[in-house]
Amino acid sequence: MDLTLHVWRQNGPRDKGRFETLPVKDISEHMSFLEMLDLVNERLIMEGKEPIAFDHDCREGICGTCGLMINGVPHGPLTLTTACQIHMRHLKGASEVWVEPWKATAFPVIRDLVVDRSAMDRIIEAGGYISVRTGSPQDANAIPIKKIDADMAMDAAICIGCGACVAACPNASAMLFMAAKVGHLGFLPQGQPERYDRVLNMVQVHDDEGFGNCTNHGACQNACPKGISVDFIARLNRDLIKATLSYKPYEITAV
Amino acid sequence: MELNAKIPSGPIDQHWTNHRFNMKLVNPANKRKYNVIVIGSGLAGAGAAATMGELGYNVRVYTYNDSARRAHSIAAQGGINAAKNYQNDGDSIFRLFYDTVKGGDFRSRESNVYRLAEVSLNIIDQSVAQGVPFAREYGGLLDNRSFGGAQVSRTFYARGQTGQQLLLGCYQALQKQVRAGNVKVFSRTEMMDVILVDGVAKGVVLRDLVSGRIFSDTADAVVLATGGYSNVFFLSTNAKGCNVTAAWRAYVKGAGFANPCFTQIHPTCIPPSGEYQSKLTLMSESLRNDGRIWVPAKAGDHRAPGDIPESERDYYLERFYPSFGNLSPRDISSRRAKEMVDTGHGVGEMRNGVYLDFKDAIARLGQDKIRERYGNLFAMYETITGEDPYKVPMRIYPAPHYTMGGLWVDYNLQTTVPGLFATGEANYSDHGANRLGASALMQGMADGYFVLPLTIGDWLARVKPGDTPVEHPACKDAERGVKEKMDKLLAVGGKTSVDTFHMKLGKIMWDKCGMSRDADGLKSAISEIAELRDQYWKDVRVLGNGESFNQSLEKAGRVADFMEFAEVMCYDALTRDESCGAHLRVEHTDAEGEAKRDDENFAFVSVWEFKGVGEEPALHKEPLAFEYVPLSTRSYK
Repeated sequence: MDLTLHVWRQNGPRDKGRFETLPVKDISEHMSFLEMLDLVNERLIMEGKEPIAFDHDCREGICGTCGLMINGVPHGPLTLTTACQIHMRHLKGASEVWVEPWKATAFPVIRDLVVDRSAMDRIIEAGGYISVRTGSPQDANAIPIKKIDADMAMDAAICIGCGACVAACPNASAMLFMAAKVGHLGFLPQGQPERYDRVLNMVQVHDDEGFGNCTNHGACQNACPKGISVDFIARLNRDLIKATLSYKPYEITAV
Repeated sequence: MELNAKIPSGPIDQHWTNHRFNMKLVNPANKRKYNVIVIGSGLAGAGAAATMGELGYNVRVYTYNDSARRAHSIAAQGGINAAKNYQNDGDSIFRLFYDTVKGGDFRSRESNVYRLAEVSLNIIDQSVAQGVPFAREYGGLLDNRSFGGAQVSRTFYARGQTGQQLLLGCYQALQKQVRAGNVKVFSRTEMMDVILVDGVAKGVVLRDLVSGRIFSDTADAVVLATGGYSNVFFLSTNAKGCNVTAAWRAYVKGAGFANPCFTQIHPTCIPPSGEYQSKLTLMSESLRNDGRIWVPAKAGDHRAPGDIPESERDYYLERFYPSFGNLSPRDISSRRAKEMVDTGHGVGEMRNGVYLDFKDAIARLGQDKIRERYGNLFAMYETITGEDPYKVPMRIYPAPHYTMGGLWVDYNLQTTVPGLFATGEANYSDHGANRLGASALMQGMADGYFVLPLTIGDWLARVKPGDTPVEHPACKDAERGVKEKMDKLLAVGGKTSVDTFHMKLGKIMWDKCGMSRDADGLKSAISEIAELRDQYWKDVRVLGNGESFNQSLEKAGRVADFMEFAEVMCYDALTRDESCGAHLRVEHTDAEGEAKRDDENFAFVSVWEFKGVGEEPALHKEPLAFEYVPLSTRSYK
C-alpha cells in the first residue's frame, strides 16, 4: 500500500516545530506502524536526511514507552492497543496519515515525537507505593484477599504509564493514570494504612506538575490501551473528598 | 585471571546462613558515606537500588529508558517460581534447587542455585506486601500453576503480566526511596564505560541521551543490572533497546565473561511475517499448558489447518516425549520445532511455524475458561496476525529470548573486577546451560532484593568511601575514549544504515550460532563477523551530531559492541565441544537427535578474558562440582 505521511518534526523543546509531508510507497499491510516508521527512517537516512525520532522499546504493548497521536487519536485507530501493536491493515486504507507527539504542558517535547513524561514518575514518587522494607513481611498467605478485590486491584494495576490518557484529555489531566494507582493500592488490605495520605500527596504533585483537572469527558478511558475504567477516577475523588474533609494524618483510626 | 568462586563451606543448606554471618558489616552511621552506582532499573537493578537506599547507602541509578518503569523485566508474562509448597504437592527448597540444576543441564554452580531457591520464599512475601496483585483463589489465598516442564505447581502469576506487576512493585519501592532522598534516578542516560583506578571499579562514564553530554560519576561500588544480549541476533523477543554495551565495556576493562554461547531460544513466539520484521513477540509459555502442538504429518501439506484430519496431524512433542509432551523444556521444544520446519512441515504463509492448537482445550473447558486464562494473549495474537486463535490454531516458532551467559560472578555477585558487581540476567550464575520457565523473574528479584544489598556491604566495609573525584585522570581518560568512539562513528559517513548492519550480524548469528551449531559454521561465523565489523567502520552512516538527542548514534554504539561481542560467543560455542542445555553441537547428538553432554571434559564454566578486538580471547575455567544433584542425563521421554 502507498500513503502520505504528515509527521511532526521539532528539533528541541524551544523549536516551534512543523509538519513534514512524506510520501511512503510500497509498504505491507502486515507491517506494524512502527515498522513502517522504521522503513521511512531507513529511506530518510539513505537520502541523507535525519530520521524521525520516536520513543519505543518492547514493541509488545507492555512497556508503555511508545505513544503517538495517529490521525488525532492516541495510539491510533484500534481500541485497547498501543501504537506499537497497530498494524498497517488496521488503518483500513487511509491514504493520509497524521502523526504527532503527545500534547500536554506537563509533557515537553524533546525531539519530533519524543516527549518528557517524567512528571508521571514524580506523581508515583509522591505516594504511589506501599511502604514495606525488604525482608520484613510476613508469609504471603497470612492475609487472604477476596478474589474480587484482587481482581479489581489488578484491573487498575495494569496501567502501563504511557500517557495516552493525558494526551486524550481536553484538560491534559493525568487523573486516570493517578486513579489507577490509587485504585490498585486502595483495593488491597496492605494499601490501607497509607490510603489517604497517598491520595492527598499524589493529587498535590499532579496539580503542581501542570496537569489539568478532570471534568468527566471520559476520553481517557477510550484512549487507554489497557481499558482502565473512569470508575477509578470516581473512586479517587471519593478518597480525596474523604481525605480533605475529615482525615487528619496522625489520627488514631483503630478502635 | 583468578576465579575464586568464594563458595561458603559446610552443608549447602547452611551456606547462605553462614555466609551472612561471616560477612563484614558497615556500621549504620557510616552507610550514608558510601555511594553505589546501579546501571539498569529492572528487577535486579531497581530492587537492589531500593533496598540499598533503605539500608542507608547513597544510590544513583542510571537507565537508558525514559523511566525506571520501562525496563524489560516488564515484558515477562508467565510467572515467577517459588518453593512455597502452597499446593501441598511435595515442593520444597531442595526440589526447586534440584530442578534448576538439572534443568540447567549441570552447568551452574550448586551453591548459588541453592541460595536462589532459598530466597524464592521471601520474594513472594515481599511482592504481596508491596501490593502485587497475584492471582488468587476464591478462598482468598494465592493461586499457583505448573509451568514450563515443572511437575509441581510453584508458579505465581498475575494474569499474563507477572513481570509487569513485579517490576511496578520494584519501581514503586524505588520511587519511594527517591522521595526519601536516598536514591537518585537518572533516565535517558546510558552507561558507556567503567572507570578503573588501580584495577578497582570506581565509577562509570555516562552519556546523557537528550543533550549528548558525556560525563563521569564515581562511587565505592558499581552494579551492572543491564540484562541480556539476545539482540545480538537482531530479531529476538527483547525490547529494541536491550544491548550488551555495559557488560561488554566491563569485559574489555577486565571482567571475565562466562558462557556467552548459552542463549535460550523460546519455543512460543509469533513467526516473522516479512523482511521488515523489527522484533519478535513472545506468547507466554503458559499457553502450552492447554494448547497442543502439531504440524501436518506430510511434508509440504499446505491445506488450511481445519482441513487436515486428526489422522494426518503429527503431535510430535507428544509422540517424542510421552510423559512431558507439550510441556517439554524450552530447548527441546524449540529444536524440535526447527526440525519440523526444516523438514518441510512448516505452516503459515511463509512456512515458518508450527501450530499451537486450543481446539481440544476449548471443547473440554469452554471458551470462557480459556478466555479467562489467556484472554490477553489471544487478543495480542489476533492484533498482530489478524487471525482469531479461538477459531484457527496459533502459529508459533522459536526466537532468541534470554541469555544464560553473562559476566562471571562469585558467590557475592562480584565480577573479576573488584568493586564491580553484576545482577540478574547480566550475570551468568544460576541457570547453567538452560533456564527453566518462570525462573528469570525469580533470579532478578533474588539478586536485587536479597543477595546483592548484603554482599555489597562486605565489599564496602573494606574500602575507604569517596576516594575518587570525577576529576581523576582515570575518569578523564575514559571520557576521552568514549568521545573519540562517538566522533569516529559520526565521521565514517558511509552508505549503509546501522540497522542494515545489525540485521546482517543477526543473520550470521542465527544461522551459525543459533539453535544448533557446528565447528565449521562457527569458524566461518568468526571470520564473517570480523569482515562485517571492518565494513561497519568503513561504511556505516550515522547522521546528525553527538551533542543532541540522536537515536541513530545510540544504536550505532550498541551495534558496534554487538559486533565485537558476537565473536566471543562463537569462540565459546566452538570450544564447548559438547552439547548441553540450549547449546547443541550437531557433532554431539545421539541417534535420536538428543543432545549428548560430556561431563568428563566439560563440567566447567567457560570464562573469557579480553585480549583485544579481533584477537582470540583467553579461556579460563571454573570447574563445577555436583555434590547434591548427581550428574544424570536429562530425559523427558
